[in-house]
Amino acid sequence: MLSVSRLTKRFGGFTAVNEVSFELARGEILGLIGPNGSGKSTTFNLIAGALAPSAGSIRLQGREIVGEPANRIAHHGVARTFQIPRPFRRLSVVENVALAAYYGQQERPSRENAFAQAREALALVNLPAEDSARVDGLGAAGLKKLELARALATRPQLLLADESLGGLDETEMHQAADMLAAIRAQRGITIIWVEHIMGALMRIVDRCLVLDHGEVIAQGPPQEVAHDPKVIEVYLGSDAEDVQATVAARTG
Amino acid sequence: MNKARWIGLALLAAAPLAGMGDYPLHLIILCLLWAFVYTGWAVMGRLGMVSLGHGAFLGVGAYVVVMGWNHFHISPWLGLPLALAATAALAFLIGYPCFRFKIVGHYFALVTLALSEVVRLIIIALRDYTGGSLGVTPKTALAKASWSLSAMQFSSKLVWFYVILMVWLAGLWIWTRVDRSMSRLALEAISQEEDAAASIGMSVTRLKLGVTMVSALMTCVGGVLYAQYQLYVNPESVSGIGISLQMVFGAIAGGMFVRLGPTVGAVFTLLLAEGLRLTIGHDIHGLDATIYGLMLVLFIIFMPKGILGAAIEAYEKRRRAPRVAPA
Repeated sequence: MLSVSRLTKRFGGFTAVNEVSFELARGEILGLIGPNGSGKSTTFNLIAGALAPSAGSIRLQGREIVGEPANRIAHHGVARTFQIPRPFRRLSVVENVALAAYYGQQERPSRENAFAQAREALALVNLPAEDSARVDGLGAAGLKKLELARALATRPQLLLADESLGGLDETEMHQAADMLAAIRAQRGITIIWVEHIMGALMRIVDRCLVLDHGEVIAQGPPQEVAHDPKVIEVYLGSDAEDVQATVAARTG
Repeated sequence: MNKARWIGLALLAAAPLAGMGDYPLHLIILCLLWAFVYTGWAVMGRLGMVSLGHGAFLGVGAYVVVMGWNHFHISPWLGLPLALAATAALAFLIGYPCFRFKIVGHYFALVTLALSEVVRLIIIALRDYTGGSLGVTPKTALAKASWSLSAMQFSSKLVWFYVILMVWLAGLWIWTRVDRSMSRLALEAISQEEDAAASIGMSVTRLKLGVTMVSALMTCVGGVLYAQYQLYVNPESVSGIGISLQMVFGAIAGGMFVRLGPTVGAVFTLLLAEGLRLTIGHDIHGLDATIYGLMLVLFIIFMPKGILGAAIEAYEKRRRAPRVAPA
């Protein structure tokens, strides 16, 4: 459903993303991994339209979307979360999500429907949907869930989830990972997941794309990637065995 | 509460019939007129778009209509849509690039500040037509009659009182409509997290332009009414920094987040201006603007919700607080 080809982004003389190409099938969960500064977030922002690429093509279901502004890309069915949650703090939790339902879909629902859809999305991520619920009352895990609910309320076909687990404890992390898997199962949403925490990611994803210095150094199913010597060298390092164990537990 | 509101309105509407003198009536009319203009400013000001240039729209409204009448014999009723069109064009010219290229906050304020000065300077530069800084009076249609509908000139203050009362009510209605709209929520979201707002499909530029248009057009109507009521305009009184700052001050002092806040602000600024005029007179030029500036700073620091906003907050706090048992 998504076809990225030779995507490149230069900031002045620095090439953050260099000719990245990959394909994504409907309903797939792709893990986008790599060390800090490897170009994960930039790739992500290019697809979401938050940044305009220097070169390359992004086709969503055969339609070229490269260079379109973020709000238009949202209407094409691409939703995103932010690495650091960006809630609208002065609005209520429901209003945060209702705005996404109202403005994010191709066909604009009525105000009442937007609020009804917002409550559904909040239920999906286990957040309170009362009118009185305030953003200030949410902890780190709650804010991540709000990001997710807001993205889901736009009824996306492709969800871009940016490091959604940083700052969570072990249990919360696994719950969140299971939630993404459940969302894919229930709604058939295709997901690109950028994540630092390898254990949680490797349990869920169908395929990994490993970036280093803006270039793709490996891609394939988790069991292959976890044993790839290049990936172990630049990224996994001493964690390699843990990650391999996670993958083995999953397939076994 | 609702009943109290209607009684208050009825009292206000009946007040001039009780044989009020011309001067108090004049003050009430000016209060309502400025209340309408400040309300128009607050429509966008409360949503994080602080314009220091609304004098530009006021000036366009006043001068387009008066120039049309004096030089081309266009009735103010036809001049009004022309002025609205000119205002919309100007608001677009300034708004679109600002919103498209994310000029927000202080930078937006500075751009708009320049706009109001540009309009004032243009009015002065075209002195052969506009009368320059001396100002201009619309050619009178009241030489033989006490009123002329086609010239939008009425010598009776009572007529103006009811016209402007209706316009003020319309202004409050528009404020309420915007307040309850999805666009208001969207613009609050945008003022907090613009990138996140865009990521969920909001067209930031279009939403901002929409509310800017509403605000600018309301201000333009205020300028037209001001010119027709006073039958005299000068560049200082309807454009430039002074009047623009007064609008900002009035809306913020009264409270820009509540419906009647700007109206309270209008009463406040008018009393302040009249008080200064009676006690100090016109000897110290620019004193009122200086005081507005100083008080604006004080309000933003100590009472950001304004007089009415703070009063409502205090009232609700008291109502919710548990009663203290008598000793």
